[in-house]
Amino acid sequence: MARDIYLDNSATTPVSPAVAAVMARALTENYGNPSSLHARGTEAEKMLADARRALASRLEVKENELVFTSGGTEANNLAVIGGARRNRRRGRHLITSRVEHPSVLYACRRLEQEGFRVTYLDVDTTGRIDPAALPPALSGDTILVSIMHVNNEVGTIQPVEEIGRLVKAFRPDIIYHVDAVQSFGKLDVLPARWQADLVSFSAHKIHGPKGAGALYCRDGTALEPLLHGGDQERGLRPGTENTAGIAGFAEAARQAFAGREEKMRHMASLKQRLADGILNTIGGSVQNGPAPGAPHILSITIPGVRGEVLVHALAGEGIFISTGSACHSRRADPSHVLLAMGRTAGEIAATLRFSFSVYNTEAEIDFTLEKLRRAVSDFRLLAGRKK
Amino acid sequence: MKRVYMDHSATTPVRAEVLEAMMPFLTLTFGNPSSLHWFGREARKALEEARDKVARAIGAAPQEIIFTSGGTESNNLAIRGVARARREKGNHIITSAIEHHAVLDTCLALREEGFEVTVLPVDEHGKISLDQLKAAITDKTILITVMMANNEVGTIQPIAEIGRLAHERGVTFHTDAVQAIGNLPVKVDDLNCDLLSMSAHKFYGPKGVGALYIRKGTSIKVFNFGGSQERKLRPGTENVPGIAGMGRAIELAVDGMEEKVKHVTGLRDRLIEGLLKIGDVRLNGHPTDRLPNNVNVSIRYVEGESLILSLDLKGIAVSSGSACTSGSLDPSHVLMALGLDHQTAHGSLRLSLGYRNTREDVDYVLEVMPEIVARLRAMSPVYACKTKEVE
Ligand SMILES: Cc1ncc(COP(=O)(O)O)c(C=O)c1O
Ligand SMILES: Cc1ncc(COP(=O)(O)O)c(C=O)c1O
Repeated sequence: MARDIYLDNSATTPVSPAVAAVMARALTENYGNPSSLHARGTEAEKMLADARRALASRLEVKENELVFTSGGTEANNLAVIGGARRNRRRGRHLITSRVEHPSVLYACRRLEQEGFRVTYLDVDTTGRIDPAALPPALSGDTILVSIMHVNNEVGTIQPVEEIGRLVKAFRPDIIYHVDAVQSFGKLDVLPARWQADLVSFSAHKIHGPKGAGALYCRDGTALEPLLHGGDQERGLRPGTENTAGIAGFAEAARQAFAGREEKMRHMASLKQRLADGILNTIGGSVQNGPAPGAPHILSITIPGVRGEVLVHALAGEGIFISTGSACHSRRADPSHVLLAMGRTAGEIAATLRFSFSVYNTEAEIDFTLEKLRRAVSDFRLLAGRKK
Repeated sequence: MKRVYMDHSATTPVRAEVLEAMMPFLTLTFGNPSSLHWFGREARKALEEARDKVARAIGAAPQEIIFTSGGTESNNLAIRGVARARREKGNHIITSAIEHHAVLDTCLALREEGFEVTVLPVDEHGKISLDQLKAAITDKTILITVMMANNEVGTIQPIAEIGRLAHERGVTFHTDAVQAIGNLPVKVDDLNCDLLSMSAHKFYGPKGVGALYIRKGTSIKVFNFGGSQERKLRPGTENVPGIAGMGRAIELAVDGMEEKVKHVTGLRDRLIEGLLKIGDVRLNGHPTDRLPNNVNVSIRYVEGESLILSLDLKGIAVSSGSACTSGSLDPSHVLMALGLDHQTAHGSLRLSLGYRNTREDVDYVLEVMPEIVARLRAMSPVYACKTKEVE
């Protein structure tokens, strides 16, 4: 194989050539500050408006309901912290799940220090929340519910529509937030259908640039901004807009939505091919998360072989995967997601994540499977000899 | 039509060299710096190289630089972060009346959390008084935040002295140097500052990237939560291409700065001289302690906004004040703090130069300006009254 095989698309994706071209033009030619009154400013403002329209139409929301942020982390912080603080007079209780991204979980921890109470819903062995667990958790004091759509480590799809229905049936003024960072551009992401008030997005997961994201903020949803000092984004997110990044984000969304269903089928078939290959030929291997789950994320545990070792072995062959989320990769503590799914520390240490993009091919999958099988059998042989 | 961009304080175009430094990290070495594999390591290397460049440019250590999404976030992080971290020591913050809104609004928002904020006035040139500052410091003072150079009128504050006064009293000192990078020498040790804000798009880098210098040992609390990026001070997947661009941009900004400053200062002075000749025009800001690229004038009997739009039709891009307040009808808080009346403040214009501006650009502005001013004044009822009185 001459080319690298990149199977870590949940961590981040390459910017597509078309997106890079849009950004290069924005950086050097259409460089005005959207707040300026002159032609350079109005051109930049128009670029921003076009991007907002492109994204809003794909979400079937109003343009003024999108707030651009510096990424998914900021969108999640703005939603959870901004939503809770602004509505603290109505109540002090939040509900989320144990498998959320750290930008939601740590935001909740922070709110606990500020006197909020947080219920962390459990998940089953496939990482799924049981919607029936929600109604007992809701109380008169509940002001915000935050649930992710697709889990970034195992690809579990949460029943966000059903959860939305339950939340709103209990009390319509409870703010419902969905982290759609891993699903946007892939699965159906429709805030209205979910009855969501807030939904988070990040460009770099869909071949857009790092450092650009957005929060859908339904008309009438009150948030306290995290930052002060400007009227940009209706005061919810002040600071000169990352115009090139935002234009790149919109272009990436345009591309993701072109032939989206076929792309999903392609990724799902790659996932299936690799999963079948591993489960059928590598003894003891198990898939984490439900099958099929999200089409682009596959989590596998291969007992007896440390995930890290396999990641390095495959990297030596030009194949790039990870043991879990990128955020976790520098930490020693085991994945909170797999722990919540009931996995042991040993199983977690033996877990790999493969995440696909539309650019991956069957040949790449077959090559990866072959190299993985060889690496596993080498290490098992070695381990056997040591004993 | 000739195109003249004289709004570099609002934002600057990205230089070709900067774009070149960014592109590989969009498409080829696109990794997430937290990933352990080659793509991740390359991205991390780019991040650390950019950090070295920013640190070197301002005389700091790389570990003292945190990347952010821009000047606004840097200012928010510095002020809110220090205020909350030093809360047990005291609750008093000192700032000035002409700060950027990212500083002023953040300080004022802290009032709701029980902080007391002293907003120092400025003189007619936009300078704070060191005596007033000294008198304002109490045992409760934990933070002083004063900008290095003002974005509207260009006035440069005595930052090193402010820092010395702060440190004598054990007070943390932050300065917003967003407009200073590339225009003035910025060395954190000479400036006696503990925190310093930067924004890449003001020095030919991309929008959406900034940095905060945090002197080793300064206590600060975060307000964003998530991954452990930027030593947990700024979680979220790093904007690697933007950061690489910022590193290259700051390198270019300080490289050969003297020469560029000399060029721009010459243009500035020529522009000021020519504009003052129009009559009933006053220069706002300090006569000498001002940014080398800043011209801010009040043109009596003219509405600033009409002037901007008329100049725009001639291909000249300027602004009425800061870009942030361009859309609002309130007169600039900076000009009001300098003691201008509403009407004079409304008739003011900021022209901010860049190294690519030429003498021809300046002469073109000076050529079209008198006609436009005369035409707008002819429509002004106030001006009509004034000329009648003279007759
Ligand atoms: C589910 C989920 N939420 C939020 C984020 C954070 O997004 P960003 O990296 O843009 O800060 C990520 C990715 O890191 C994610 O996978
Ligand atoms: C002095 C000053 N501080 C802060 C900022 C805010 O920087 P940014 O636009 O990168 O958020 C600006 C510019 O807008 C500025 O001129």
